[in-house]
Formats: sequence, C-alpha cells, structure tokens
Amino acid sequence: MIASWYGYFIGPDLWWAVLIKAALIALILATAFAYLTLAERKVSARIQLRYGPNRVGPFGLLQPLADGIKLFFKENTAPGGRDRLLYLVAPALAGTAAILAFAAIPVAGVNCLGGPAVGQTGLSCPSGYALHWDIAHINVGLLYILAITSIGVYSLFLGGWSANSKYSLLGGLRSSAQVISYEMAVAFALIGPVILAGSLNLEHVVTTQQHLWYLFLQPLAFVLYFVAALAETNRAPFDLPEAETELVAGYHTEYSSMRFGMFFMGEYINMVTVAAIATTLFLGGWLSPFPTSWFIFGYIPGALWFVLKVVVLLFVMMWVRWTLPRLRYDRLMSLGWKVLLPLGLLNIMVTGTIVALRAA
Amino acid sequence: MLSDYAPILVFLGVCVLFGAGVPLLSSLLGPRRPSAEKDLPYESGIVPVESARRRFSVSFYVTAMLFIVFDVESIFLFPWATIVRQLRVFGVVEMGIFILVLLLGLVYIWAKGALTWE
Repeated sequence: MIASWYGYFIGPDLWWAVLIKAALIALILATAFAYLTLAERKVSARIQLRYGPNRVGPFGLLQPLADGIKLFFKENTAPGGRDRLLYLVAPALAGTAAILAFAAIPVAGVNCLGGPAVGQTGLSCPSGYALHWDIAHINVGLLYILAITSIGVYSLFLGGWSANSKYSLLGGLRSSAQVISYEMAVAFALIGPVILAGSLNLEHVVTTQQHLWYLFLQPLAFVLYFVAALAETNRAPFDLPEAETELVAGYHTEYSSMRFGMFFMGEYINMVTVAAIATTLFLGGWLSPFPTSWFIFGYIPGALWFVLKVVVLLFVMMWVRWTLPRLRYDRLMSLGWKVLLPLGLLNIMVTGTIVALRAA
Repeated sequence: MLSDYAPILVFLGVCVLFGAGVPLLSSLLGPRRPSAEKDLPYESGIVPVESARRRFSVSFYVTAMLFIVFDVESIFLFPWATIVRQLRVFGVVEMGIFILVLLLGLVYIWAKGALTWE
C-alpha cells in the first residue's frame, strides 16, 4: 500500500476513490438513460422514415433535458385506494436496484499506479495502488449482479399491486411472471462462459478472453442470453407488461411525474446493465478486438472499447424493438420454459463435458 | 474477504439517495391540485367497479413456484461451473444426474400442463 496519508480505506479501496467512482457511475447512468430515450426515438424515427425529435437544441440533443424538466414539474397524481407506503417504495426501488447492479461491472482493466502490474493478465499489483475500474471487485461479481437485478422485480410487482388499479395489477402480475421465468434462462445462459473462465470474478472472465471471445466458443449461450435479456428488460418483442392496446401502460399506469420517470429510468438502465454483462462475458469486455500492435490500437483506452461494444448492443436492442411484432403472452411463457430453459441446460452439460474431458 | 463488499455499502447509500431523492424532489416541485376525479384509478374513462385487489389466475402462482425450484438449481450450478475443471469427469457425471432429476421434473410439469396458459 502506498501512502496511508491519502486517507482511510473502505475495504480494499481508498475512501475518496470509492466515493468518486460511486458518484460517477450514478451520474453516467442517469445521463445514459436520458440519451437512450432520445436514441430510441431517433432510431425508431429513422426505421419508420421519420426525423424524430429535432426541435429542441441541435439535432434535438436537448430533448431529454426538456423531458426531464417537464417530468420534475408535473403534478404527482395518485389513486385514492392505494397502499401508501408500497406505492412510494416501488419507484424508488426501481431506480436504486438498476444503478446498484452496476457495482461489479469492470469497465476497464486494472491500472497499477506506482508499481508494475504482475502476471500475464495484469490483475495483481503488489507494490503499487491498483486502480480497479469497478466499485467492488468481488469474487462472486456475476452472482451479485444477478441478485441485485432480481430485486428489480419487486418494484414491478409492488408498483402494480399497490395502485389499486386493474390495469396496474394485471401489468404487474404479467411482468413479474415474465421476468422471473426468464431469469432462469439468463442464469443458465451465463453459466457457459463461467465454465470456460472458471471464475465468477468479472475481471478474470474478461482477461481469460484475451485470445478468443466467448462469443465464438459459446454462440448458443450468447443467443439464449440475448433473447432472455430482452424479455428480462421487458423490451419488445417481449414487452407484454406494456402491451398498450390491452393494458394501457402496465404496472406504471397510475404513476405520474418523476415517480413514473424512475420506472422508465430503471428499464433503460437495466438495458445498459444487460448490454454490459453481455459485453463482459461474451464480447471480451474492455479488450481491443484488434491486436494492440496494429496501427494505433495500442493507445485506445479499454473503457472506450467497452462503451463502444455496449452501444452496439443497445442499438441492436432498439433495432429489434422496431422490427419484430409483439408475442402473445402464452407463447412468450412457452418460449421461456420450453425452449430457452432446456437449451440452456443442454449448453451447460455439453460445455461442462468438453471442459472436463479436456482437463482430464 | 468480507471487507471487499464495503464499497458496495457506500454505493448503496448513493443509489438510495438517488432513487428516493429524485421522486421526492419532483413531489416538492410539482403542483398539488387534488380532485375527486384524480383520486380514481384509470379505467378507460368509466367509473371503476369493485376493488382491484381480487383473485387472479392460478398460473401466476404455479410460475412462481417453478421459478423457486429452478432458481435454487441455478445457485448449485454457479459454484460447480467455476471448479468443473478440477472435478473433471466426476463433477460432470454428478451434475448430469442432478440436472436429469430436475429435467424429469420439467417434463412432468410440462405433461401435466402447468406450462400451458389459457
């Protein structure tokens, strides 16, 4: 450890480093949410041969700001028969859980300040201060993320139930049943790369992909994950909870102003989280897709590659939304239980057998 | 080490501050003009009949129970996945038996029609 005069340590990290990282991630995710709403509207407009929002600021770039201000100054209408406490808890939980899940995602590799990085993967830093590009580098990182994102289900159900509205209740029931059904498909799809990496620590998972991304070793798992993740985040073609022709707005029908905004934010930040998990486990995280000896690729920071991969995945998710029609609810549930789940188990067994036989 | 988790507590504080603070701020900033109509839940423009807290389809309960079964299974799979290299063939055979038992369960509920929605 260098220089204890820098201050106290919170766990393995300096206290102010933790605080700065925490504030930065919260701010970046909130901004990402704002601009994802704009991106969604622009992408949908272009796919439908329209222009999309282009009046507020250059190219409509200030549109999210205007939307945000509008939401803040709207009246909070709430139905009379609601459960007062749970009605308030649900939106707060939606926003909190969405951001909290990001704590274990490594945005870039470890930087060693004041000492050489040790080992081929450059993960340990015995003589200097290891600057990790995540908040908590815990060895069960992936499990932590899955656990926290599961908490988000409570906000959907509590929000739907507490409002005492039939549309809300039906939307809440549908989305919680959908999300928990697809959660298994997500977990089973992610076990494939975990078997190959032999670790749940996401920094290790990325560094083991130096030679080959797991996308190429686990194509089935990637497809399963991507489909399940679309359902997990209530995105089209699986946006049944918000099937506006039958359910108005689903579980957040009775919410207005920024309380509604928190649900909206939770959904978009969950999209970012899902894309970040896919990037970390299948697309080599912060690693450059080209050899670092080429051209200028050695100088591009890892965080940039990470963001680029996440943005590409987010674009694909929007593209899918404006291309495919919505599934019927019973088909959605059978897809999860009868197709994705058995395929996920098959993938686990095949991967496990090959890895075990090669190790033997 | 347990202290590795300490930064998450700090982050939790930031997240709760954000998640609870933003809706609170908007309820302070927004106007407040209550009326009898705004008090009613939305029901496509007609006056709602009965409370929304009523019985709903049993399929949702079944889904929740199945979820518990398979979610617990996935918790067994994660630690196994990290050490399957060391366990070698023994680990694969053992997990194969475990998954087979659960797969039989899936086939059973499938045949029973628990996965069918009407």
